[in-house]
Amino acid sequence: MIPEGTPIWTVIFGLALGTFLIRFSFLGIVGDRPLPVWLLRLLRYTPVAVIPGLVAPLVLFPAATDGAPDAARLTAAVVTVGVGLMARNTLYAIAAGALVLYGMFWLGF
Amino acid sequence: MTRFQSRSPVLQGALDAAPFVLVIGPFGMLFGVVATEAGLNLVEVMSLTVLVIAGAAQFAALQQMVDAAPVAMVLATALAVNLRMGMYSAALTPWLGQAPLWKRAVASYLVVDQSYLLTTARCEADPDTPVAHRYAYFFGTMLPITPTWYAATLAGALVGQTIPEEFALDFAMPITFLAMVAPMLKTLPHVAAALTSVGLALALAGLPHGAGLMVAAVAAMVVGAGAEAWLARRGAAA
Repeated sequence: MIPEGTPIWTVIFGLALGTFLIRFSFLGIVGDRPLPVWLLRLLRYTPVAVIPGLVAPLVLFPAATDGAPDAARLTAAVVTVGVGLMARNTLYAIAAGALVLYGMFWLGF
Repeated sequence: MTRFQSRSPVLQGALDAAPFVLVIGPFGMLFGVVATEAGLNLVEVMSLTVLVIAGAAQFAALQQMVDAAPVAMVLATALAVNLRMGMYSAALTPWLGQAPLWKRAVASYLVVDQSYLLTTARCEADPDTPVAHRYAYFFGTMLPITPTWYAATLAGALVGQTIPEEFALDFAMPITFLAMVAPMLKTLPHVAAALTSVGLALALAGLPHGAGLMVAAVAAMVVGAGAEAWLARRGAAA
């Protein structure tokens, strides 16, 4: 339980304002001023630099199994990436990953 | 993601984002349940979800408040979790920068993992799309996501139960994110960046408040850009 007297509304408004300012930072302030070439080059790699690192711990140490590596989830992740790489299509990759995940659960993994 | 090219960009964005409803729904419900159990009332739960719209940060703030952390610590931790959105904001600027301030402000509120990823992928695949279409697509991606996030949180707060664990919906997020990123691994620098990100994020997973992910992400961007520059120089010399 959250202790009595916690300034909950300060947290709510502080978090709302802070999060908005983070999101607004470049989009709002830089706008259509040109960015330097080296920065654009860095930014091209943002998706492949953030998302794999965000997902890797969730794949290897799922909270649902209390952090124990899980054959079904690992295989599903590998198949998702494999199909995504080969088919270059997000929906096929999601479908393949879900199929493998539930298939392996069904087989008793 | 080009099969619906003839449709309006709003509709195309909404269609591309539709699978993510499977991720957002259970996550929102879980937040509603956990926040209510932690002692927040309905107005407080919904204010957090509507004003912040960033699940991971909301969970972080909740956990810190339950642990009786000082307000400054609660805010610092939760905002650190959201720092990656600063990178998203920067990465979206070349595509969405040419618009009136109010439009950029509204879009800023809606910068989340999914809207950012989908819009970047779409703009990179089709760089000549007019700015108005890019915005239409961006807002389109949030059409299924924003209402699902609000409604799922509300349902979780009211019903107090989430979807049973047998459905393994905890894994919907990793699968959809991997499915989004794999087709983006087009070149050697992209692969090098992704591998750096995975390696460092795992090695630094012990750092508090998502700091490991930020270090991993910045290092991976440098590796990607460095590899690109190196390949370009080698190509020019050959």
